[in-house]
Amino acid sequence: MLKDITIGQFFPGNSVVHRLDPRMKIILTGIFIVLLFMAKSIIALSVGIVFMLGAFLVSTIPFRLMIKSIKPIIPIIIFTAVLNLFFITTGDTLVHFWIIKITTGGIKTSIFMVVRIVCLIIGTSLLTYTTSPIALTDAIERLLSPLKKIKVPVHELSMMMTIALRFIPTLIEETDKIMSAQKARGADMETGSIIQRAKALVPILIPLFVSAFRRAEELAMAMECRCYHGGEGRTRLKQLHIASRDFVALLVTAVFLAGVILINRVV
Amino acid sequence: MSFLYAKNITFSYINDFDENESAKKTTVFRNLNFAVERGEFVAVLGHNGSGKSTLVKCFNGINIPEEGDVIVNGYNTKDEEHLLDIRQSVGMVFQNPDNQIVATIVEEDVAFALENMGVEPKEIRRRVDDALKTVGMYEYREHAPHKLSGGQKQRVAIAGILAMRPDCILLDEPTAMLDPNGRKEVLKTIKMLNNEFGVTIVLITHYMDEAAQAERVVVMDSGEIVMNDTPKKVFSRVEELKNIGLDVPQVTELTHMLIDEGISLDSEIITEDECVQALSDLLSKC
Repeated sequence: MLKDITIGQFFPGNSVVHRLDPRMKIILTGIFIVLLFMAKSIIALSVGIVFMLGAFLVSTIPFRLMIKSIKPIIPIIIFTAVLNLFFITTGDTLVHFWIIKITTGGIKTSIFMVVRIVCLIIGTSLLTYTTSPIALTDAIERLLSPLKKIKVPVHELSMMMTIALRFIPTLIEETDKIMSAQKARGADMETGSIIQRAKALVPILIPLFVSAFRRAEELAMAMECRCYHGGEGRTRLKQLHIASRDFVALLVTAVFLAGVILINRVV
Repeated sequence: MSFLYAKNITFSYINDFDENESAKKTTVFRNLNFAVERGEFVAVLGHNGSGKSTLVKCFNGINIPEEGDVIVNGYNTKDEEHLLDIRQSVGMVFQNPDNQIVATIVEEDVAFALENMGVEPKEIRRRVDDALKTVGMYEYREHAPHKLSGGQKQRVAIAGILAMRPDCILLDEPTAMLDPNGRKEVLKTIKMLNNEFGVTIVLITHYMDEAAQAERVVVMDSGEIVMNDTPKKVFSRVEELKNIGLDVPQVTELTHMLIDEGISLDSEIITEDECVQALSDLLSKC
C-alpha cells in the first residue's frame, strides 16, 4: 500500500526533458495547467493530451509510471465522474429513473473532467519524474528569491522541503517495519469500523513520530558537523543555466497554448 | 602541541524536564585530559554510557565543555568565530547512515558541506568526484541514497566529510548498524584514509577486531580513561577489560586460555594472522 506513493520519486535520465532548466520546467508545468483549464472542448483538450504524450515520449520515462502516477487519485477521478454524470442535465436524456437522470451532456462533461484531471496528474508528475527533488527545490528557491526582500525565509523553506523529500522513502520504510512489528504483536489494522481502524493506527504513529524526532535531532547534528549555517554565503554544485533548449521548449509550449486558444474560438 | 587536545574538561548533560532536582544534571566526566596527535589512528572503547561519544563530540564543537578547554588545530572550541574552521578541519561520521544524508542524490549529498562552505561550483565538482573515487562510490554518484546498502551509505557519508578535506575524522560507531560486508568496506576505507592520506582518525567502536587495527586504543569507563596504549598492550590485560564489561579479540582470548593451560605463547597476539602463525610454529615444534 505504502509503496504506491510516487511523489518526489525521481527517475534519473539524460533526455532533453531531464536536462531542461528546472525553473523553466516549473514555468512550463504552470503553462500546461493553464492550458488544460482553458480548453473548453474535447478537441482543445486533445491538444493538451498530444503535448503531454509528446513530453512523455521525449523524456523516455517508462509508460507504466504514467499509469502508476494516476493510481492514488482513482477515487477522486471516480467521484468527479459520478458527480458530473448525475448533476449535469443538459443534452438528450438517456436514462431517467426516479431522481437519477443521465444525459448526453452529463456523459460528455464527466469524460471531459476525467481526461482533464488525468492529464493534470500525469503532466505534473512528469515534472517530479524528470527533476531531482533537490533541483526542484533549488528552482523554487530561485523563483521565489525576490520574496527574500520582504523577509520570507525562502532558503529555510526550500531546505525543509529538501529534507522532507529525502526522508519520505526512509519514513515509509520505517512505517512498514513498525506495522509488521505491531502485527507480529497481534495488532489488527484491517478489520473493524473506521473508528476502530483509526484507533489501530495510534500504535503505529507514536513510534513513527518518536523516531522521526530522533532522526531530526541526529540530522541537525550531522548538518552542523558539515558546516551548515543557513543560506548565507552558500554556493551550489549544480548551477542553473537557461540554455537555448529552454527557449525552444517554451516556444513549443506557447504554440500548443495558442493552439488551444484558437480551437476554443473556432469550435 | 597535539592536534586535538582536551585539557581538564568537565561535561554534564542538563535535563530540565526531570522532576528530581539532583537528577537534572548528569556529569559525564570530570577533569579529563586527552590528546591525539596529527596522523594518528586512535580507537576508543567503552561500554554504553562510558562517555566516549560525549568526549569525541567535544572535538568538533558539538559539545562545549563546562570547564577546561578543547584545542583543535590551535583553535579553542569555545571561540565561536573559528567554529566553522574547526568543523571543516574535524569531520564527524555518525552511527546511522540514514540520519546523516541530507540530499536525495549521492553526489549532491557529498557536495552539501562544500556548498555550506561557499566553495566555487567548479571546485565543488572536482572535490566531490575525488571524494567519491576515494571511497569507491564514484559509479553510484547519481543514485538515490536510500537504494544503497548500509555500507555504501556509510561510505557516502564518509565521502561527504572527506570532500571538506578535513585533517581529522571522528567516527562514532560507524559500523554498528552494518552487516559484516559493510563493516569490512567501511573499515578498509578508514584505514586507507589514515595510511594513504594521513587523515587523523578517532574511531569509537564496539568491535574489538576493529580496535585491534588502530595504532592506539583508549578505554573509557564511567567517564574516565582507564587504559591508553597500543592495542597489543591493552588487549593483553584480558582480566581488567572483562571486569569493565569489555571483550578482547577472539584470538587474544584463545591465546590467553592456552597460556593459562601452561602453553608458552606470546601474550600480545591480537590478529588472526599472528595467531595462525604462532600456533603453526608451536605445532611444527611438537
